[in-house]
Amino acid sequence: MYDIIIIGGGPAGLTAAVYARRAGKNVLVLEATSCGGQIINTPDIENYPVEEHISGYDFGMRLTNQAKALGAEIVMEKAVDIRLNGNEKVVATTKAEYTAKAVIIATGSASRKLGLENEDALIGRGVSYCATCDGNFFRKKKVAVVGGGNTALEDALYMADIADTVYLIHRRDSFRGEEATVARLKTKENVRFVYNSTVTALNAEKRLKSIEVTNKDGSVSTLEVNGLFVAVGRIPENRNFAAVAELDESGYAIAGENCRTKTPGVFVAGDNRQKDVRQLVTAAADGAVAATEAVKYVNEM
Amino acid sequence: MAVIKVNADTFEAEVLKSDKTVVADFNATWCGPCKMMAPILEQVSEKMDNVKFVAIDIDDNDVLAEDYEIFSIPCLVVFKNGEETNRSVGLISADELTALAGE
Repeated sequence: MYDIIIIGGGPAGLTAAVYARRAGKNVLVLEATSCGGQIINTPDIENYPVEEHISGYDFGMRLTNQAKALGAEIVMEKAVDIRLNGNEKVVATTKAEYTAKAVIIATGSASRKLGLENEDALIGRGVSYCATCDGNFFRKKKVAVVGGGNTALEDALYMADIADTVYLIHRRDSFRGEEATVARLKTKENVRFVYNSTVTALNAEKRLKSIEVTNKDGSVSTLEVNGLFVAVGRIPENRNFAAVAELDESGYAIAGENCRTKTPGVFVAGDNRQKDVRQLVTAAADGAVAATEAVKYVNEM
Repeated sequence: MAVIKVNADTFEAEVLKSDKTVVADFNATWCGPCKMMAPILEQVSEKMDNVKFVAIDIDDNDVLAEDYEIFSIPCLVVFKNGEETNRSVGLISADELTALAGE
């Protein structure tokens, strides 16, 4: 039996592993794909204390190595369930079951999809959820960005310097994202704002050719684009753990700054926790807090 | 078997004319998820002798990236007898790669 099982090997989970190992606990990290978390998609991090510039990949690798060097065990399996057996927590993966005194859920979030019929089939054929990853494939092409938050605005700004034309499609008439970014976008001659509109169909012949856009007033138009960047928010990866952690209407786990869920000994850390600021540094901070709370819980058992 | 680096000159011989199923990993040096994918490819390639794993840098081989309409990386394209039979976009786990390669 482990002292602490951490589900998710992103910045929150790996920081929790560092703290828990330093407190002398034996720690298992379960990661579904590859350690690092979504930060590995970021080419350049400029807002993490001390490091003026570091790539997301380097950040993820260094944190992974730090956790390993301190003795954390990392197993590449996807956790699908947590159940209680008295005070013990049994974590089931797609392959095995592991038991611990405490569990930290640090599963982060995934890109929200538009929910259109052929969307999945067109991923990598024109539909993308990461402009900084895939933007270069659309040099001098026409693209659309859909969304109204900071990610959508930054994606549009990034694409404005690469693509021929950028349509920024938003369902409202004003943006939720930062004013400064909106102002910068408005200086770009190749950015067209499409307000009060949603993308309602993807037209493709093997790859994306055009999108159907429907305005609030009911009018429908077609935009010829080679690329569509979807930035309509994220979905927390908490679905499998609703039995032990209370979720809000958006699926975020409800836990205060102490990262405690409704179940004693089950904690939540990082982007999948209900909170206002989701940044690399707050994910790491959650990891530290959740691990400290978990260590306290294990010691008092 | 290790992952073989392939370019536009060697693509036909290594991929299209291969007797084995080929998994071609289209990647770039600036792509974080691609760098995470690389060790997973190495690991799986060691366990699957009946499949050839190749890596293609899309910046050095933009002709290949265009020919195969790569718009998102990492992109893993499966070839059998010179024909594309499947592809997968984005970072995937060793288990998922094993399933993709073994189909």
